[in-house]
Amino acid sequence: MKITLTVNDEVHPLEVEPRRVLADVLREDCRLTGTHLGCEHGVCGACTVLVDGRAVRSCLMLAVQCDGRSVRTVEGLRGPGGEPHPLQRAFSAEHALQCGFCTPGFLMVAAGALAADPTIGEDPDRVRALVESNICRCTGYEPIRRAIVRGSCPGSVA
Amino acid sequence: MKPARFEYTAPRTVPEALAALADTGRDVRVLAGGQSLLLEMRLQRLRPDLLVDINRIAGLDRLGVDDGMVEVGALVRHEVFDSPWAVPGPLGTLLSLAAPNIAHPPIRALGTMVGSLAWAHPASEWCAIAAALDAVIRLRGPEGAREVPARDWFRGPFETARRPGELLTSVRLPLLGEGTGVGFIEHRRTHFSFAQVGVAAALTVRDGVVVEARIGLANCADRPVRARAAEQALVGAEIGSTLFARAGRVAADQDAAPLAEPYADVEYRRHAIAVLVGRTLRQAAEGARQ
Repeated sequence: MKITLTVNDEVHPLEVEPRRVLADVLREDCRLTGTHLGCEHGVCGACTVLVDGRAVRSCLMLAVQCDGRSVRTVEGLRGPGGEPHPLQRAFSAEHALQCGFCTPGFLMVAAGALAADPTIGEDPDRVRALVESNICRCTGYEPIRRAIVRGSCPGSVA
Repeated sequence: MKPARFEYTAPRTVPEALAALADTGRDVRVLAGGQSLLLEMRLQRLRPDLLVDINRIAGLDRLGVDDGMVEVGALVRHEVFDSPWAVPGPLGTLLSLAAPNIAHPPIRALGTMVGSLAWAHPASEWCAIAAALDAVIRLRGPEGAREVPARDWFRGPFETARRPGELLTSVRLPLLGEGTGVGFIEHRRTHFSFAQVGVAAALTVRDGVVVEARIGLANCADRPVRARAAEQALVGAEIGSTLFARAGRVAADQDAAPLAEPYADVEYRRHAIAVLVGRTLRQAAEGARQ
């Protein structure tokens, strides 16, 4: 099936089988391997991307469902000059990753929440509820929560 | 695993969707949120021949109130109900108490309430609420439109009264009157687990006496249950220190038919049901007092 995905503002005309999920098409056809696949069951959150601005599991969405829609992956977080997103700088500053496998998913779920409501970092309960959707198996969640709080407050990242 | 091969169509109107669903010689499935369907297809427990993606049909995302009922279209996502203001009055509060128990935000961004009713998982929060409130499921099919009340809808685990070729277009839930108190409590092993027991309750109290009670149970039988025996034990009774605990016991012994699960045998589950029904009724009674 012919579809068009706009990924990180770039238009990708693609020919895909209906059975292929968005995550596989992003990785294999668009060559954007920043989106990771962990459980492929919708549980771990490593594959989280934004579709039309909302954080979704790209392992539980077909690429054909996204025809004509806009997708943002971790590669699309950087600024126009290639500078890291404030959340990415905060993850680095707070040591919110070790192996880094889960990081793209955490960044995208946080980026989606932050775009919807820039004040989310002010409420620890909401930050805690936000990261409940994703699994990290090495760093632990405290530095990730700190990074989201830090990345959501403009000017707080050195 | 990856899903097995299937054909895919994305109709723009309900009649187009019904034409695609009329292909009853093959396994044809409706794709709405897809958060259960695609998982089952990944596990290859389901291998449909054709998926009918209804996400591009205008109007199915409608959420409207009329005639004392709220009508939730087939494309209204779980996340809408995270806010107690999405639906007026105590029903909005009840739905917002239940919504955070459904998976987590990225799943709630795609999954739909009507999809949950179509899937009919015995542990589903929405199905328990539909049973408690006797929601009305609206369908369109080859023989026209029809409505099925929740009491006739759930036939067993993942089994409903849906006929081949039919599409669920919406569900109607009664708005609960002001002064009705609501509660929703669920117990699970971990944040990611399905409910071992989930309880939805709505209580109307006048002068310290229960005048109406509705209780829905999730994962307390092979299908969602309306705890009618417990409701009868409540109506007309004066609220006292032991009433809710007694009603919980009635729900566990008479209404529920729990199945043994790993980490939860029948005795344990009856105990959990009795405790949680009592607790949910107390939560609802607090709301009724305010």
